[in-house]
Amino acid sequence: MISNIPIHYFLVVSTIMFFVGIYGFLTRRNLITMLMSVELILNSVNINFVVFNRYLYPDGLHGHFFSIFVIAVAACEAAVAIAIIINIYRRFTTINVEDVSEMKY
Amino acid sequence: MEFTGTQLMFIIFSAIIVIFSILTVTSRRILRAAIYLLFVLISTAGIYFMLNYQFLAAVQLGLYAGGIIVLIIFSILLTSHISQKFEKVEWKKSVFSAIAVIAGIIVTLTAVLNYQFEANNAITQEVDMNLIGTKLLSYDRGGYVLPFEVISILLLASMIGAIVIAKKGKKV
Repeated sequence: MISNIPIHYFLVVSTIMFFVGIYGFLTRRNLITMLMSVELILNSVNINFVVFNRYLYPDGLHGHFFSIFVIAVAACEAAVAIAIIINIYRRFTTINVEDVSEMKY
Repeated sequence: MEFTGTQLMFIIFSAIIVIFSILTVTSRRILRAAIYLLFVLISTAGIYFMLNYQFLAAVQLGLYAGGIIVLIIFSILLTSHISQKFEKVEWKKSVFSAIAVIAGIIVTLTAVLNYQFEANNAITQEVDMNLIGTKLLSYDRGGYVLPFEVISILLLASMIGAIVIAKKGKKV
C-alpha cells in the first residue's frame, strides 16, 4: 500500500479512462481522433499492469516489463496507422471514415 | 479530512486524467484534442513516478508524450485545416454510445470494487537501470529476452511497413 491510497482508486481511474476511450472510438469519425482514442485505451491498460505489479507482486517486475512492451507496440501501431492515414488522405483527400468506402478493386 | 502529499498528488493526477481524457474525445477541434491527449499522457507518467517506476515514467514521457504525440500532430497538420471544426455528433449516436459506455463502467466498477485484492507484503524490489538491463537480456527464469527480440523484429517490420505504405506509388 503506497501511503494509504487503496489499489481500487487507481483501478477506478483507469476504468474511466478505458471507457472514455471506447466512447471516443464509437462516436468519432475522423481516423486520427480514432487513433487517439486507441492510445487512451492502451494507456489505461498500462496503468492497470503497473498498479497490479506494484501492489500485488512487489517482488517481481512482470507488469513493469509488460507495460514497456505495450508502449513499444503502441509506438509501432501509431507509426503504421499514420502512414496508412496519410496514404488514404492522398487518395481520397479526406480522412473521414464514412467517405472512405471504396477499396482498390 | 487531511490529505498527505502523495494523496493530494494522486487526486490532482487522476482529476487531470479524467477531465482531459473526456475533453480528448469530445473536443471539436482536432489539434486541441491532441494537446489534451498530451496532458493525459503526462499525468500518467506522473502516476508512474508516484509508484516509484522511474524508468517506465521516463519511457512514457519520451516515447508517448515526445514521440507519438509529435507524430499525431504532424499528421494532423498534413491532413486537416487547423481552423476546421468537426460537425456535432448526432445526438442519437452520442446518447447510445454514452449509455453503452456508462453501463460498461458500472459493470466493471462493481466487479472491481467488490473484489478483495490480497495485499502482498513481500519486500519491494528496487527498480534500477542495472536490474532492468539484466532482466531484459537474461534467458533465465524471469528473464525477458524472447519478448525483447520479438519486439525488435516488430519495430523493424513496422518501420519498413510505414516507409513502404507512405511512399508515393505510381499513379492509379
